[in-house]
Amino acid sequence: MARVQLSGVTKKFGAVTAVNEITLEIPDKQFTVLVGPSGCGKTTALRLIAGLEEATAGDIFIGERRVNDVPPKDRDIAMVFQNYALYPHMTVYDNMAFGLRLRKYPKTEIDRRVKEAAEMLGIGMLLDRKPKQLSGGQRQRVALGRAIVREPQVFLMDEPLSNLDAKLRVQTRAEIKKLHARLQTTTIYVTHDQVEAMTMGDRIVVMKDGLVQQVDTPLNLYERPANLFVAGFIGSPAMNFIDSALAEAGGKLFVDAGTFRLEVPADLVSQARPWVGRRVVFGVRPEDIADRALANGAQPAWTIKAGVDVHEPLGSDVILYLTAGAHSIVARVDARTQAKMGDNVEVVVNMRKMHLFNPETQQAIL
Amino acid sequence: MAQALQPLRATLRRAPLHVVLLGLCALWLVPTVGLLISSFRPPRLVPVSGWWTALVPPYQFTLQNYRQVLDAYSMGRSFLNSLFITIPATIIPVIVAAYAAYAFAWMRFRGQEVLFTIVVGSLVIPLQMTLIPVLRLFTALGLAGTFPAVWLAHTGYGLPFAIYLLRNFLGALPRDLLESAAIDGAAPLTVFVRLILPLSVPAIASLVIFQFLWVWNDLLVALIYVGGAPQVAPMTVTVSHLVSSLGQNWQLLTAAAFISMVLPLAVFFSLQQFFVRGILAGAVKG
Repeated sequence: MARVQLSGVTKKFGAVTAVNEITLEIPDKQFTVLVGPSGCGKTTALRLIAGLEEATAGDIFIGERRVNDVPPKDRDIAMVFQNYALYPHMTVYDNMAFGLRLRKYPKTEIDRRVKEAAEMLGIGMLLDRKPKQLSGGQRQRVALGRAIVREPQVFLMDEPLSNLDAKLRVQTRAEIKKLHARLQTTTIYVTHDQVEAMTMGDRIVVMKDGLVQQVDTPLNLYERPANLFVAGFIGSPAMNFIDSALAEAGGKLFVDAGTFRLEVPADLVSQARPWVGRRVVFGVRPEDIADRALANGAQPAWTIKAGVDVHEPLGSDVILYLTAGAHSIVARVDARTQAKMGDNVEVVVNMRKMHLFNPETQQAIL
Repeated sequence: MAQALQPLRATLRRAPLHVVLLGLCALWLVPTVGLLISSFRPPRLVPVSGWWTALVPPYQFTLQNYRQVLDAYSMGRSFLNSLFITIPATIIPVIVAAYAAYAFAWMRFRGQEVLFTIVVGSLVIPLQMTLIPVLRLFTALGLAGTFPAVWLAHTGYGLPFAIYLLRNFLGALPRDLLESAAIDGAAPLTVFVRLILPLSVPAIASLVIFQFLWVWNDLLVALIYVGGAPQVAPMTVTVSHLVSSLGQNWQLLTAAAFISMVLPLAVFFSLQQFFVRGILAGAVKG
C-alpha cells in the first residue's frame, strides 16, 4: 500500500500537451477516480504513473520513492487494461501466474495466490481455459485476477468496464468496489463515465484539456462544483445553465433571465450581492426543479411558466424538456405529473440548490 | 418448405462459381497429373503414347524411373544436399528477421526509420547484380562451394522481405499486451520469447513456407555459390544436369521432379493450418 503523488507533472506529445502540470495527491488505500471527456489526459496521467509514458516534466512518487526513472516492472503496480490485454496463448492460470513466475516466486506460493484470487473472483473453474473461450465479463475478471495476484502497492485501472454490456457493468462496478474494500489497495481508476466515477470513487479527480478541474468526494462534486465544466459534467441529465443578470429590487436579489425572475434565498444573498447588476450563469440541476402541482408549499417567487417540448417517462420519474422564452430547461419531476407534450406548466425551482457562475472565468460564485 | 429450400437455392446460385473454380483447378492440375502418371510408366511407353492412355487397361505401372534416378544419378545424395541447404537457409533468415522485426516494430532507437527504409528499399535490388561481388567475397573468405556460402546468401536475399512481412505483423499486435507484459516484469527478450514468438506463429509459418519453397526451388543461387559437384549439389542443380546430359531419357525427369516436389508439398500442408487459425482470438475484445 502506498500513496501516489504527482507534482507538476506534464506530458507533451510533440506540440500537444496531454497532461499539463498536474499536482495531485492520492492517499494510501483510497479509491480515486480520474474522470473526464475523451482527450482530457486521464489515461495519459494513468500511464505516467504506470511508467508506460515518460513525463516531460515534474515528479511522480509512489510511496516515498520518486519513480520517474523506474521502469514499470519495478514500480510495484498492477494495471488492468481497457481491452484486458490477456495473453491469448496462455490459459487463465498461466495468465495470472505469468508475472509471479517472472519474479521467481516459489511454485507453491504462485499456486496459492492464483487459486485464492480465482476463488475471490469466481473464476476458479475457468483456470484451464484460454481467453478466447471466455465471455467478456470472465475475461475482465481474469484481468483483475492478474492484477490481484501480484499484491501490488497500487492498482491502476484504465476503463476496465467500458467493454462490458450495461448490466454486467453495474454488477462488476459493485464487485470492484467490494474487492477494494477487502484488499484496501490504493486504486487509481480511469473512466469517462461520470456515473461510474460517482458510484465507485472515494474521491474523484475531474480533468479537462490536461488540467485538473476539481478534486473532491462524489457528493461535494455534485453539490459544490468548482466551475461550469464540472457542474455540467457531473450529473445526468446535466445541470441547466441560464445566462442571466443578478438584479436587486425591494431589498431582495433576483436571478433575472428575462422571461422569468427567481428570488435568491435569504441565506445566499450576502454571497451573491457583489454580483448585483452583472451578468452571471445561473445553474440548477434538473432534479431541483419540480412540477408545481405536486410541490408542497411551493414558493411563488421560485416559479417558472414553461411549455413542455418533450416528455420522457422513466418510470421512477419523468424528464421534461421545457422552453421558457429563449431558454431551454430540463426538469426531472415526479412521475405523477400530468404534464403532456405541448402543455404549459408551472415548475418550481429549488433555489436553495442554485448555482451561480462567473461567465468570464467560468468559476463558481456560489 | 420454403425454408428447407433455402440452402438448396443458395447452392444453386453459387453453382456456376463452383463449376468455374473446379474447372480452373482441373486445368491447373492437368500437367502435374500427367507428369505424375508419366513418372510411373515404363520408359519404352513414354515416348510412344500419351500419359492418358495409361488410365485405361491394361495398366502398366513401374517404379523403375524412381529407382534409376535415385540410384544412378545420385539423386538421393542431392536430396540430402537440398535438405542441408534449405533447412538452415530457412531457419537462419526467419530467426534473424524475427528479432529485427521486433526491434523495428516495438523498440525506439536512433536511425530506426532510415534503417527500415533501407531494408525495405533493398527489396528492389535484383539478386543477379549481387552474384559477382558476393561470389568474389566468398572466394576470398574460402567459402565458395560450401554450404555456409549458400546459407549466408539465402539469408541475405531473404531478409528484406522477411523483415518487412514480420514487422507489419508484429506491429499489428495489440500494444496493451506488450505493456501488460512489461508491467508484469518481462524484459524485452522475455517478451519476445514468451509473447511475440508464440503470437506470430501464423506469420512465421507463412514466412517459413515462402522461404523454404524459394530456397528449395532455387537453381541460380545454388549453382553460383555451391556449384555442381555431386557432394554438394542440391536437387535443382542435379535435375538440370539430367536434362542436358540425358535429353532423350526425359521420363527420368518426371520422377526427379516428383521427388523434388514431395517435401515442399509436405511442408506446405503441414503449415497451412496456421494461415487460417486466428491465434489472436481472445487477446482483446474483438
